[in-house]
Amino acid sequence: MISHVGGGPSPSSTTPASRPDRQRTAIVIVVLALVLIAAAAAALLVGAAETSGVIVTEIRAPRVLLTVIVGAGLGISGALLQGTLRNPLADPGIIGVSASAALGAVVVIALGAAYSPMAGSTWITALGATIGGVAGMALVLWIARAASGRTEVVTLILGGVAVTAFAAAIISVVVAVSDSAGTRSATFWTTGSLALATWPGVWSTLPFLVLAVILAALVARNLDVLALGDRAAWAAGVDVDRTRMLALGGAVLAVSAGVAVVGVIAFVGLVVPHAVRMLIGPRHGGLLIGSALAGALLLLVADTIARTAVSPVELPLGVVTAVIGAPVFVVLLRRTRAAQGGWA
Amino acid sequence: MSTRVEAREVTVRGRLDRASITVTTGEVHALVGPNGSGKSTLLAVLAGDLDPDSGTVLLDGESWSRIGARAAARRRALLAQETPLAFPFTVREVVGWGRLPWRGTDAAADDDIVIGEVIAEHDLGDVLDRPVTSLSGGERARVHLARVLAQRAPVLLLDEADAALDLAGQAHLDAAVRRRRDAGDAIVIVGHDLGRLAALADTATLLSRGRVVGQGSAASTLTAAALTQAYGVPVETSSIDGRRVFWSAG
Repeated sequence: MISHVGGGPSPSSTTPASRPDRQRTAIVIVVLALVLIAAAAAALLVGAAETSGVIVTEIRAPRVLLTVIVGAGLGISGALLQGTLRNPLADPGIIGVSASAALGAVVVIALGAAYSPMAGSTWITALGATIGGVAGMALVLWIARAASGRTEVVTLILGGVAVTAFAAAIISVVVAVSDSAGTRSATFWTTGSLALATWPGVWSTLPFLVLAVILAALVARNLDVLALGDRAAWAAGVDVDRTRMLALGGAVLAVSAGVAVVGVIAFVGLVVPHAVRMLIGPRHGGLLIGSALAGALLLLVADTIARTAVSPVELPLGVVTAVIGAPVFVVLLRRTRAAQGGWA
Repeated sequence: MSTRVEAREVTVRGRLDRASITVTTGEVHALVGPNGSGKSTLLAVLAGDLDPDSGTVLLDGESWSRIGARAAARRRALLAQETPLAFPFTVREVVGWGRLPWRGTDAAADDDIVIGEVIAEHDLGDVLDRPVTSLSGGERARVHLARVLAQRAPVLLLDEADAALDLAGQAHLDAAVRRRRDAGDAIVIVGHDLGRLAALADTATLLSRGRVVGQGSAASTLTAAALTQAYGVPVETSSIDGRRVFWSAG
């Protein structure tokens, strides 16, 4: 082995990620965590009703916790999808995973009400949502998969539109046909709300988030290398199929159980990873943690706006996130198209 | 000279028909042929990228199939035509990925030394903290060359890696290839620039319609007659200042 180094660069400049980078990532993550804790504490004390012990422990506390779990799940899911699909526009809502999960949940609720004494079990509903989410993900990836094996940006979004529209249609039918109040309304499923947050809802979503976090931690480093493209990443030593399977699994687990409790909340998974990437760069180790925290924070803020802006009337949460997220989506769409030289 | 890479009677249905090739330590081998002749397929088989329908591929005498992506990356590095990086990782990060196959092994202790060497060798010291996506095409090519050479794999495979390079980029790549050969690597190059390959390669394989139609020293394989046969157009060759040039008179 021969060396062509003259003086040789200093050791500190050769570590894979320079120290200032890591420091910055750590600082941003700590700040996000502190702001999130402060926001959660504030959310416990703000609301239409007078702040009393029961209101805090039985209504606001589960709502705040569920918001944090769902928001973190959306952030992680978006970051995993964008990294895995190498697609800056990927988001569980946009590609149809959330709507499919909602369909899975509503079908389980309706069937449970009709046939089973287990009706109302949040666990079974969460499982139904996860199965729906997996099916939706598989379907949209099959639609978007080009002959080359690459997943195309445009077909992925259009596939998501088709899957979402189909799922929403079936949800409307199920809600109309079922005589169970548990199926809620079609609007609830498509715009999302945290108004029905309960402690069982918290406990049925938390384990799925924990699983998703574990999967995310397993694939974080390999996801970085996937930015090279499948073939180069594989040649560099990354088991591309395994990485992708785990990451997509994590992305579905992170959102589906939450959808079963709060419905589809759009755009959080899209916006959050982009914002975090701008702050700390694209490395997935920091990006996934930062997206979980920022997703929780964004949803907490959005939910507080939703329940206090025109109090005592509560806005649908999805309306608030869409007002923030849709313009960002448009900007990203235009930028991505420009980067790819236009779409025919 | 020990054999590094060997393919025996490799067949990939519709693309490659019983092709054999041997590349030894300190040898640069050119895979040449018209589009669709199977050269990239043969390289993919050598890289472990593609399982042949029949035939065997050996790396250092060991069967190649199913050794796993990470172990494979310690034995061979592959540089293909660049695909755009999906996210703005810095030069430092991307070059660092070249050391991932060695994570958890004793060789990981050399990470900083190896990365320092490739950064200096490929003149990337000034752009270390810039996003690769913001660099010029020539700089990006050097980043990816540095990344795959940081793998320190004894077999180097180049799949039309020079396709988008200007003259300076080509000269840089060729110099790097020569240095790796002198360091004992076995190198296989797929490309279309016959003049450059003739100057760079010690040995060559000429493919046509999935079959090996010529093999041996580069000089004896890349002849006007053989190329005319393989490419289906009249190919002529001459020598300028000791360097061979090829053109089609068709």
